[in-house]
Amino acid sequence: MAVCIAVIAKENYPLFIRSVPTQNELKFHYTVHTSLDVVEEKISAVGKSLGDQRELYLGLLYPTEDYKVYGYVTNSKVKFVIVVDSSNTSLRDNEIRSMFRKLHNSFTDVMCNPFYNPGDPIQSKAFNGIVSGMMVQTG
Amino acid sequence: MESLTLSDVEQKYYSDLFVYCDTDNTKKVASNGRVLDLFRAAQLPSEVVLQITELCGATRLGHFGRSQFYIALKLIAIAQSGLPLRVESLNSVKDLPLPRFVVGKNEAEARHAALYQDAESQGLYPPSSMAVIPRPPGRGHQNKKGPPSSSSSSSSASHPALEVIQPLAPSVEAQPEPTSPVISPHQSPPTSPHSWRKHKRQHSGGNPDRQAVGAAAGAVWTQFREPPAAQGPGPVEGIWASHSPPPPSQESWVSFTADTPPSSTLPAMHPSSVQENTTIRTVASASTTNEIQRQSSSYDDAWKITDEQRQYYINQFKTIQPDLTGFIPGSAAKEFFTKSKLPILELSHIWELSDFDKDGALTLDEFCAAFHLVVARKNGYDLPEKLPESLMPKLIDLDDSAEVPEQPPDVAYSASPVEVTPNKSPSMPSLNQAWPEMNQSNEQWETFSERSSSSQTLTQFDSNIAPADPDTAIVHPVPIRMTPSKIHMQEMELKRTGSDHNHPTSPLLVKPPELSEEAKLTASMKFVAANTVGDGYSSSDSFTSDQEPIARQRSQSGASPEALKVVAPPPPPPRPQPSHSRSSSLDMNRTFTASSGPGQPQSSTTAFPPAVPPRPLPTQTSVPLTGHRVEAEAVPAGGAALTTTSPQQIPQQPNFADFSQFQALAASEQPSSLPEVDKHSEAGQVEKISEGAGPLRTVKSDGPADERTSTTVNSAMCSSGPLAPPPKPVRRRLKSEDELRPEDEQHGAQKSGIIAAPQTAQPSIPRSVGKDKKAIQASIRRNKETNTVLARLNSELQQQLKDLLEERISLEVQLEQLRPFSHL
Repeated sequence: MAVCIAVIAKENYPLFIRSVPTQNELKFHYTVHTSLDVVEEKISAVGKSLGDQRELYLGLLYPTEDYKVYGYVTNSKVKFVIVVDSSNTSLRDNEIRSMFRKLHNSFTDVMCNPFYNPGDPIQSKAFNGIVSGMMVQTG
Repeated sequence: MESLTLSDVEQKYYSDLFVYCDTDNTKKVASNGRVLDLFRAAQLPSEVVLQITELCGATRLGHFGRSQFYIALKLIAIAQSGLPLRVESLNSVKDLPLPRFVVGKNEAEARHAALYQDAESQGLYPPSSMAVIPRPPGRGHQNKKGPPSSSSSSSSASHPALEVIQPLAPSVEAQPEPTSPVISPHQSPPTSPHSWRKHKRQHSGGNPDRQAVGAAAGAVWTQFREPPAAQGPGPVEGIWASHSPPPPSQESWVSFTADTPPSSTLPAMHPSSVQENTTIRTVASASTTNEIQRQSSSYDDAWKITDEQRQYYINQFKTIQPDLTGFIPGSAAKEFFTKSKLPILELSHIWELSDFDKDGALTLDEFCAAFHLVVARKNGYDLPEKLPESLMPKLIDLDDSAEVPEQPPDVAYSASPVEVTPNKSPSMPSLNQAWPEMNQSNEQWETFSERSSSSQTLTQFDSNIAPADPDTAIVHPVPIRMTPSKIHMQEMELKRTGSDHNHPTSPLLVKPPELSEEAKLTASMKFVAANTVGDGYSSSDSFTSDQEPIARQRSQSGASPEALKVVAPPPPPPRPQPSHSRSSSLDMNRTFTASSGPGQPQSSTTAFPPAVPPRPLPTQTSVPLTGHRVEAEAVPAGGAALTTTSPQQIPQQPNFADFSQFQALAASEQPSSLPEVDKHSEAGQVEKISEGAGPLRTVKSDGPADERTSTTVNSAMCSSGPLAPPPKPVRRRLKSEDELRPEDEQHGAQKSGIIAAPQTAQPSIPRSVGKDKKAIQASIRRNKETNTVLARLNSELQQQLKDLLEERISLEVQLEQLRPFSHL
């Protein structure tokens, strides 16, 4: 039930970003961009304390009155950001985690494709399918 | 039920419908679901349907068997034509039009109806009100009529199918036909046109469902047909010749969506072509292969790889990877497929489709699927959203076999309407089911061979432990492989000991003791030490063994995630090491394993005594050294395997006196100065003590042997006369320390005979040095062996990982199926 899903590369440029089209997409792009700061902050904080092992799931990055932003970072510094509607209270943390897990798995599948050059925008149909499944079914 | 004679057309139609309804593939259809929909689609009043059900006997049986289904269909046809429903009319009505089913959700079925209808009605298009898809198949039907032989009819049927495919390709119609932009005049030949042609012929040999296929491959094939068609009639090419007229008409048909007029021209053309076809058709096409092909050809037929194609793909595979069971790495595949000049995006999509196990490498099956997709794409066919079932690599693992049946439903229902293949599936699930069987038979060997080594290992293991593994497979190769170390250990056991360790756990249990005694110490020897170490290992072994049954149970219950978790902790690698202990321990190992069969080192200790003690006992004399003697003798007495000294001493036993034993021990002690001996000595001592004085006493009583051994020992020890008891214990301790070590050397040395012993004993000092070297070499050897074992372990774990990945994929697929709205 995400409203916006984004995959950010290590260098902080987007590899994939998709929003529910009914909304103002620019707003979500901006939200994702600003959430990167929070992600960086979390990464650096956790990194120092725990050393090598770091939790991939970052949890709620920050809430606004309209929506919540969740973050997830892989070991290769690729970041996944999910924006969900605040009104959707049925989403539990576990569900968000599972969404990220699915995203991560799909992402690794995309990476495994030898025809995919890392750093290119993600244009995989399978990946798109997964993301579509997660997006809000507003139709 | 009554005997039912069906025309060939009817036979095919009914069988298609039956397969379509037979979702469970149980050869009988329950009176619900698709059957009901089908009957409803017949647009008959419900009481008529009930009557039909009754007449055909389904009410009696409670379900529709094949014959009941056929009878029902025929009755439907009778009812639709307005005739009264009578059982007798089943066979008496001639020229009965095929039952018509309005397109409810099955346009394909309606198409079928349309097709068949046309065949019957000679080009009469049923009123569009039927909402039946326009009749391109009509042409095919006409082809189907006439020829009495099934082959000819089938071949003729193929024509319509092929022809249908072509027009379908443009996808101008409103049908849920493939969107593949293939244009019938598309003449670009694929890599192996000839092979495809032949294949097509075979397929056409009897696929009434072809019309619904419309798959890209089919179009490709028809395309290839066209060139040959131009070549002129001939037994082989007669078929194609018949196609040449159709294509142009097909194009006109293409534009036909719901209008009858354009299509009306088509049938007119077709009858002529049909006649040609039938006449030209040769017996060759009527080979049984057609039947087989027909059976196996499903809507996936379009994507099916012909034998010639496959051979071509295999050859290409060989150019990249000579080993057919190996993988093509992603980079090599990328280069190869980039040569096809397809856009990267499409190649990427093809890769996603064909890399079934998502491992970044292509197996032979995956490669063939990818190649096939590339070829299809080059010929203008759209890529499917999901991998067609016919292209699915069958059984990367044995486990995947279960996945295969699942795929057709997935493809059938989950694919977008735009695609041909998924659309086709609803109408021809039966064919899909037939296809997997064929496919499996075709490709099973390939997938299986990919895992030759691991599978062999696996089968070995399975035969011993889990015979049900392949069945429960899908989800759980893991449980079986879960204990690669077990397998390894077992293998090592089998190799080394040569004993029959059929019991999976016993070798493991045996192993811990072995592990504990690096230097082939007998379990008895290391009683104490071994116990502690062995317990540690046995516990881990038991863990793995527990895991194994648990995993197996889970596999059976389908709880794959749990099994996966269970798999997590593989047994510790160090285990194999002890197996490589000194060579002399061969006996020891055997005895050790045998004795440890019960699972405890202690048992080994008890195992030792039985053999020897009785004899020495009567001759025993009390000796203060008994304690030591016991150790020394217990070891030898207990069993040759336990200690190297035992074999040495056993042959000497009849003459043994304690002295000889001591001497032997002393001799054994001397050469070994390695610390390992300590362990052995400890264990030996413990064992010896536990053993009892029997053997020792006898040893003592055996003077001559003692002398000899003592001399050897003494010489080795450079000590005084070995016969003196007091020094003996001392020596013995030393010996016990070095026992295990020297046991090997001594074992070998003294086995040669008593005479050999003194000889070996004489160069005691040099021998000790040499033995040190030997010991070092032995340890080196052991380490190397351990390395190889670990390497094997590694490879097996890698294989396990692959299997796990596949399982994960299958599970994900299942998950997605089962919980479409979950996620989130």
